[in-house]
This record gives sequence, C-alpha cells and structure tokens, in this order.
Amino acid sequence: MRTIAAAEITTAVARLCVRANTVLPEDVDRALEWAYFTEPWPLAQETLDLLRQNQFQAWNQKLPICQDTGMACVFVELGQEVHIEGNFEEAIHEGVRQGYGEGFLRKSIVADPLRRINTEDNTPASITVRIVPGDRCALTVAPKGFGSENMSRLAMLKPADGVEGVKNFVVETVRLAGPNPCPPVVLGVGIGGSFDKVAALAKHALLRPLDEPNPDPFYESLEDELLEEINALGIGPQGFGGKTTCLGLAIETAPTHVAGLPVAVNVSCHVTRRATEVL
Amino acid sequence: MQYKLTTPVTREDLAPLKTGDTVLLSGVVYTARDAAHKRMMELLDAGKDLPFPVEGSALYYVGPTPERPGEVIGSAGPTTSGRMDAYSPRLLDLGQAVMIGKGARNAAVKEAVARNGAVYLAALGGAGALMASSVRKLEIICWEDLGCEAVRRLEVADMPLTVILDPHGGDLYESGPATYLERGAT
Repeated sequence: MRTIAAAEITTAVARLCVRANTVLPEDVDRALEWAYFTEPWPLAQETLDLLRQNQFQAWNQKLPICQDTGMACVFVELGQEVHIEGNFEEAIHEGVRQGYGEGFLRKSIVADPLRRINTEDNTPASITVRIVPGDRCALTVAPKGFGSENMSRLAMLKPADGVEGVKNFVVETVRLAGPNPCPPVVLGVGIGGSFDKVAALAKHALLRPLDEPNPDPFYESLEDELLEEINALGIGPQGFGGKTTCLGLAIETAPTHVAGLPVAVNVSCHVTRRATEVL
Repeated sequence: MQYKLTTPVTREDLAPLKTGDTVLLSGVVYTARDAAHKRMMELLDAGKDLPFPVEGSALYYVGPTPERPGEVIGSAGPTTSGRMDAYSPRLLDLGQAVMIGKGARNAAVKEAVARNGAVYLAALGGAGALMASSVRKLEIICWEDLGCEAVRRLEVADMPLTVILDPHGGDLYESGPATYLERGAT
C-alpha cells in the first residue's frame, strides 16, 4: 500500500490544467505540421500556417492556445495499491479551481444546465476513474471546448448496418459539422457497449496520440479508410475548403448486445489538448 | 482581394466585399455571445436602447480568457456563430453591419445580410492568441455579471478576418469547399 496525499493530486491537476491549455501535445503539433506540408490547396495551407503561428504566439505571450479553455475532463488511472489521504474528488476539483484561477484560464462552467449560473472557477471537473493494478496514480487533464463538443453525435445502429453503417455515420457527422468545430478536427469514435458506454469510449479515444495506430489491424485499417473518406469531403481548415479536414481519429470498441450496434463520434478540434503526470 | 475597413462602416464600404476576400478591420468592435444577445433582445422588447450605437457597428462573438495583469486581453478567438442566429436578423435590420465569428449561419441570417448589405466575417477559430494580438484596448461596458460573456468595447487594429457571407449572397462555407473539390482535389 502506498499513500498519496490529496494535496499532491491538487497541485498536479493545477499544473496540468495550465500546461494542457498553453502547449499543444507533440503528436497534435506534428499532425498539424504534416498537414501543412501535404496540403495541396494554397488557401488551406495558409490557414494551417496561421494555426501554427497561433501556437507560437500562445507560447510567447503565455496565452491559452484557444480562448475556450474548456470543461476540465480529468482521467485518472488509479493503482489499486494506492491509498489516497484526504478527499480524492475534492482534490481534483481544487486543482481545477487553482489551475484555472492562477493560469488566467476562462471559467466556462454553469452550475445547472437550464438555470445557467457560472460557477466562476470552472469546477466541477468531469472525472473518470479507472482502477488498475499497481501503486501509481496517472492523471490526465484533457480540457474540452464546446464548439467541437456540440458537433458530436451518437446513434444506436442496427447490427445489419455493419461496417458501412458505422462509416457513413462517422463521415456524415463531420459533413454536418462543417466549419463549426474549428477544422481540421480530431475524432474519437466509440463502437459497441451500451448507450452510455459508447459515448465514454468515444471521449476516451481522444486521449490516444494521433501517431499511435489502433492495436487491432482490423480497426487500424478502418481508421485509415475513415480518414481518407473524411479528407475527401473538401471542408478543409476552418471550413474554407481544402484537403485537411481531419488530423486523425481513434476508434475504441467494447463488447455489445446481440441486438445492437451503438456508435458515437466525439468531435474535437485542431486544439485537441491533453497533459499527463504520473504520481 | 484585401480590404482595410474602419468601424463604423457604411453599406457603401461593404458593397465591394466578396466571399473569400480578407479584411483588416480597425476601430471599435463590441463583444457579445448568447447571453448578451438574449439581454439585448429583452432591452429591445422593452423599448429601450442597446448598450452601444448599433448603426454601422461590428459585433465579435467572443468570450476572452481573463487578461493577465498589465495585458490588454487574454486569448480571444471566435465562438460558434450559429448560436446567435436567432438574434442576428433583428440586429442587422437595426443597423448592425458586421458580424464576426466562426461557423455556419442559417437561411434567415443570410437573407438579413443580403437585405441590409451587411457582412459576416470569420476570425480564425481556435487561434485565440493570434486574434488577441490585434486588440489595443478593452473596456467592459455592461453586464459584468456575465463574466467572459459581458459586453466589451474593443479597439482593434488590422484584425485579420475572412469574408464568409458577402452582401451579394455569397457563402464561403459553400463555395470554398466546392471550388477545392472542383479544382484542387487530387
């Protein structure tokens, strides 16, 4: 048994909130660079250049890359040998409170979906915990903007819809989103499970680095096919037209019921943010 | 083509603009998102004046991050404009001339743009640090309780924008991808 103080979690989460919002993950940065060099349409290439200049500007001016510093989605892989001294969830919320306050990040959370009063400190965090073997605690903060979140979709397809049905749904989601989610987009795709599970799969898929292929060759080639179809839509960076509509996508799957084929697409943008620390 | 414009603008200033042109906008720009638009509608319903001179005005759909001490503004890229579709036609009919945001607009907004000779310009979505660099001055003019959604009066210099909806019925979100698919796709 290893003891981790709740205060340690708080300071780590606070640091991660700031880091995630000011420095793009290396894999997303590389994907943007690759897109810039391979984009055949001049206007689209200029736009991609501006998006990369923005990252530089953010770094230089200590500004968030995007003003929508998001809902703080916190993913925890908690070793089953770890004992947390103090209130675990409150420690995470406090980390968000400190990170968004001290980091001059935007407070975008309302306490109630219909009465809409801002909580003023970007809490609560959206916390997902998975218990894993070992005595470590891995914390990932993935701030999620809602311009792209609002373009996400879920469908309970029929088993007969099969691979084609899934592909059509994913491509249609990007087509319907058009310029709204700040393309080039990044997609998390969930397939299988249940109504609630498939959305969680899609969200979790956004954590996978874009240069890391699916471990299952069947889904790796499905990811490649989807990327190709999406990048033939012509939407392009910012929706101004071009090849680069999607920087990358990751599929996560789960066993499902004989009668169902749930599919969910969590849309993210060219500022797909995540930062991790292992305690 | 690239145009330099200074607010407030007239219908004549905007007439030459075409979808896909770029604009370097200077002058005063007011910020407003959903919550501020809703309050503006309530003011109009009550027969009261808007909190800024509407004739020839530019509204930027943005909720910036808090400014650091000594800085003018935080990160300040556009939010999705479609959430303002319900409110924009009424403001355009009252004289608002420029909308700045990102993302698609509905048919009613497009008609109001054409009817009033107005424009809808895109700021770079997700490029909040870059967009912030053209802001010279910031002042909250009302509804401070809305936090990042409070109405701010910005003074901007050469803010780089792209014409999406022009006064002649053009829409870059339709013509841009179509032109690429026709001529650029390999």
